[in-house]
Amino acid sequence: MITDELKKTATEIRKNILIATHAAKSGHPGGSLSAADIFAYLYFEEMNIDPENPDDPDRDRFVLSKGHTAPGLYSALALRGYFPVEDLKTLRHIGSPLQGHPAMDHVKGVDMSSGSLGQGLSVACGMAMAAKLSGKTYRTYCLVGDGELQEGQIWEAAMFAGSRKLDNLVVIVDNNDLQIDGRVGDICSPYPIDEKFKAFGFFVIKVRDGNDLEQLEPAFEEAASLKGKPTVIICRTVKGKGVSFMEDQAGWHGKAPNDEQLAQALAELG
Amino acid sequence: MSEIIKIATRESYGKAITELGREHEEIVVLDADLAEATKTAVFRKEFPERHIDCGIAEANMIGISAGLATAGKVPFASSFAMFATGRAYEQIRNSVGYPHLNVKICATHAGLTVGEDGATHQCNEDIALMRSIPGMTVIVPSDDIETKAAVRAAYEYQGPVYIRLGRFAVPVINTNEDYSFQMGKGIKLRDGSDVSVIATGLMVSSALEAAEILAGNGISASVVNIHTIKPIDREIIVEEARKTGRIVTAEEHSIIGGLGSAVAETVGDEFPVPVHRVGMNDTFGESGPAADLLRKYGLDGKGLADNIMAWMKG
Repeated sequence: MITDELKKTATEIRKNILIATHAAKSGHPGGSLSAADIFAYLYFEEMNIDPENPDDPDRDRFVLSKGHTAPGLYSALALRGYFPVEDLKTLRHIGSPLQGHPAMDHVKGVDMSSGSLGQGLSVACGMAMAAKLSGKTYRTYCLVGDGELQEGQIWEAAMFAGSRKLDNLVVIVDNNDLQIDGRVGDICSPYPIDEKFKAFGFFVIKVRDGNDLEQLEPAFEEAASLKGKPTVIICRTVKGKGVSFMEDQAGWHGKAPNDEQLAQALAELG
Repeated sequence: MSEIIKIATRESYGKAITELGREHEEIVVLDADLAEATKTAVFRKEFPERHIDCGIAEANMIGISAGLATAGKVPFASSFAMFATGRAYEQIRNSVGYPHLNVKICATHAGLTVGEDGATHQCNEDIALMRSIPGMTVIVPSDDIETKAAVRAAYEYQGPVYIRLGRFAVPVINTNEDYSFQMGKGIKLRDGSDVSVIATGLMVSSALEAAEILAGNGISASVVNIHTIKPIDREIIVEEARKTGRIVTAEEHSIIGGLGSAVAETVGDEFPVPVHRVGMNDTFGESGPAADLLRKYGLDGKGLADNIMAWMKG
């Protein structure tokens, strides 16, 4: 059940994305905000994890293949109790464990270093294979961007996951439809995303509004029930979601808010 | 004199990894459609459930290896050196090197001696690529015995390791009873006073041959086997620099970025003496039988000896 508390958590993640990138004077708020509800659902509802035991071999795994949205991941981890929320203000600062892109040996709770697009899904396949080989029941989740689907390695990994029937793997596509240079469909179209994954041997679940926790819940519940194939959940989202002047703007892909913009954004989020 | 036994180091790898696989259940072997050629088919036959053929997708293979390593498996990923280190360079750098994951990359068909397949498959740049990655250990075994020891040492070490292996059968030279492989420790095979030949991989046996020829020409040459290019044994190299004041490096690899560069960097830092780098002279290889190619490119014993004598005459 989606509680008000979970909705509030998603809003807190959004606020902290803005606070962190503002403090860093750089970073990627747009794609972090589009995935904020996905982060909230995964870290506060879906995954079997324990901040007190971050290296538990039986924990569920998460790979942020779209690693530039580290502010979203870090905010979720901090709010979940992996490290103090206050530390988010050190994002991208020299000496901070909160590197511009996630570094697993710097931050507890980060299951894999990422940042170079296209590589995370292969790693997630390796984690899922390891579970199969060891007879473990943990599940592996991997968040990819829609622009990231232009990387060939994604499809190498998708072919492998389908071929090996990795039904302990869930791929989530943050389909905000924007990449740095414009609309994904204009730059080099990955559409139809659903048909592609289907052809690669996946169960496909589509979420009409991936910024609506009420819609994410049944999608993840369905994914958990599917056996014999990997699952992809394609979430149609809005880049910059929750901040009026950032919504659906490619320009906010990799730009931090200034003092005024931060104040306005935080006021809007309430 | 007993007959020289020749074994390709890829054969040694196949045997070594299978033997290790019997001892350690967490070992997983990955291939990219080349298990027969990399000789991991031996492992696959005995442990089919622990062999993952990723198909012709090297980048994905490296990523899967990284994921397996995060979950406590010890992956040995194999392909030809060209594709393992060239095609998947960035995956190795970012998904293995940066998080310092316990992935072993054992690449066969390195260097000119791939032979008939020609330049596209003859990787003479892999040592340069791999040694530039922070925290990556780089090992180039010289023969069967050293390969088996290196594979075991790589398993015992926690962290990423690159092992460079060959297709061509090479003489078994490390038959001394007191032979011991220590990662990062060079081995002096012959002591000399006029020139030091520092070699790696199959060039170690060429260097031993060359030293014999040099001796016949009144030149006393040391021969040092540097099986670990990174971390390199600075001590043994500086000791040779101090003693002979002249160093020749020999490798089946480009003279840019490989053993020659690593040795030149070391003496440049600590005790500068002239270093003459023998290897592939900033050129691509070509098709032909491996032994003929070694002769043509001056990497056989005689070619190396002639090259050293010409250099010493200045």
